[in-house]
Amino acid sequence: MDDLYREVIIEHYKNPTYRGKLDPHDISFADNNPLCGDHIQIDLRVDSSGVVTEAMFDGHGCAISQASADLLVESIIGKPLEDVKKLNRQDILDLLGIDLGPVRLKCALLSLKVLKAGVYGLGEASDSLVE
Amino acid sequence: MTLNLNEIRKDFPILTRETANGKRVIYLDSTATSQKPLQVIEAMNDYYRRSNANIHRGVHTLAEEATSLYEGARERIAKFVNAASAREIIYTRNTTESINLVAYSWARANLKAGDLVILTEMEHHSNLVPWHMLQMERGIELEFIPVTENGLLDLDAYKSLLNRNPKLVSFTHMSNVLGTINPAGEIIKLAHAAGAVTLVDGAQSVPHLSVDVQALGADFYACSAHKMCGPTGIGVLYGKSALLEAMPPFLGGGDMIKEVKLRSFRPNTLPHKFEAGTPAIAEAVGFGAAVDYLTSVGMNAIAAHEHEITEYALERLEEIPGVKLFGPSAEHKGGVAAFTLQGVHPHDVAQILDQDGIAVRAGHHCAQPLHEKFGIPATSRASFYLYSTKEEVDQLVKGLYKVKEVFG
Repeated sequence: MDDLYREVIIEHYKNPTYRGKLDPHDISFADNNPLCGDHIQIDLRVDSSGVVTEAMFDGHGCAISQASADLLVESIIGKPLEDVKKLNRQDILDLLGIDLGPVRLKCALLSLKVLKAGVYGLGEASDSLVE
Repeated sequence: MTLNLNEIRKDFPILTRETANGKRVIYLDSTATSQKPLQVIEAMNDYYRRSNANIHRGVHTLAEEATSLYEGARERIAKFVNAASAREIIYTRNTTESINLVAYSWARANLKAGDLVILTEMEHHSNLVPWHMLQMERGIELEFIPVTENGLLDLDAYKSLLNRNPKLVSFTHMSNVLGTINPAGEIIKLAHAAGAVTLVDGAQSVPHLSVDVQALGADFYACSAHKMCGPTGIGVLYGKSALLEAMPPFLGGGDMIKEVKLRSFRPNTLPHKFEAGTPAIAEAVGFGAAVDYLTSVGMNAIAAHEHEITEYALERLEEIPGVKLFGPSAEHKGGVAAFTLQGVHPHDVAQILDQDGIAVRAGHHCAQPLHEKFGIPATSRASFYLYSTKEEVDQLVKGLYKVKEVFG
């Protein structure tokens, strides 16, 4: 009935493949979406050549935020961190396969902000990371 | 006592509009901001078309007219909440600014390190953060009246807090999430007996209940126009004149002064002492029109209508498997129904309802600590006002079954 709730999004929300934590990990970062309290943590294991070998996310929030985290984590496994740094908002929208208004865009982009803040070693998942 | 809903709904042009997919708007978010009747929209429009000028200092026709519209609105707002005098009504931007005015002016002149301020666990962020800021600056102490499982304030716990010699008790008259209508008169009486000053956040109560600040005995009482059929950008702080007289000014600038020298100033008299700079004049005119409108409909009739709708909504929502309601039963609350739907995040609930034109709010509604208390990050919230109908509640219920379908 509704593009926003395509089966793929509901499926990744209800049965995420990569939900969990990695301990030990090489990179771990977590932050909230202050608008709605969505919370995402992303843990990565990275090999000596800088390639992501394992990744997991944990947290709570709406279907858009959680599905986008699962899809994002899935997409970065096996990729060099240098490529992860280049991901932007369009990559997330492509993964979700939907278009979003400004409010829900924040839900969708939280995982990417958290991921990039972790990879860059920043203290905060700011909007400037996904522009 | 019953409202003529058909006639009332005609006053609100926005209620006939459709969303992008051709659904008529079902506005169940009046707790965030109410819709505006034509009477308010036209009063502001007329002001700009006929009377616009800056107030107080001009002597020309337009300035005289603008000033009397601005001050006339103050008189009617004073009457609406039964203040002893319009001098006790300070225009602000909104409830938040009204609370900040007390925190900056009264509290900074009267509170020192170690002084106790009592708040409650059901406060909106606007009645928490100003006190957090003062705590960081001054080292005041904060205590909170607990909220019980069924969404009421624990008055026994409050009574024991009062033994600790509080200087201020600041609380919401009606919760924007639980809808709880707190026994403001009793809370104030107990505070006064303990020697504390009282501040009431009336953002949700003034729009929905008949409020009499003198009967309540409140020292300060704050509200916003936009939640009561008026425009955004204007609210008021009511304060007892003796308190306001003794307080230092808040913002400095034009209009709040009696005299300015190069190195000094003398503040103006009440209420102008607290109104620096050119104020929101058209908004004040709109605020005046809003209280006229609510008065003409009748606050008791509005409260009775909302009670009927709320009772019906709670009943219908409770029937839906997986729905959990927060807050007390209808007899203790205003027109608010905050709920969760098992397995579906409130944002998704709101988004899917929006497909059918139904506007509810999702999130923590600026009451994060309250949500934490109930162990949930967010709720969906449907709220009602004088123009809400039972058919709209039925649409909401239908929509929630659709949400359940999408999430299987």
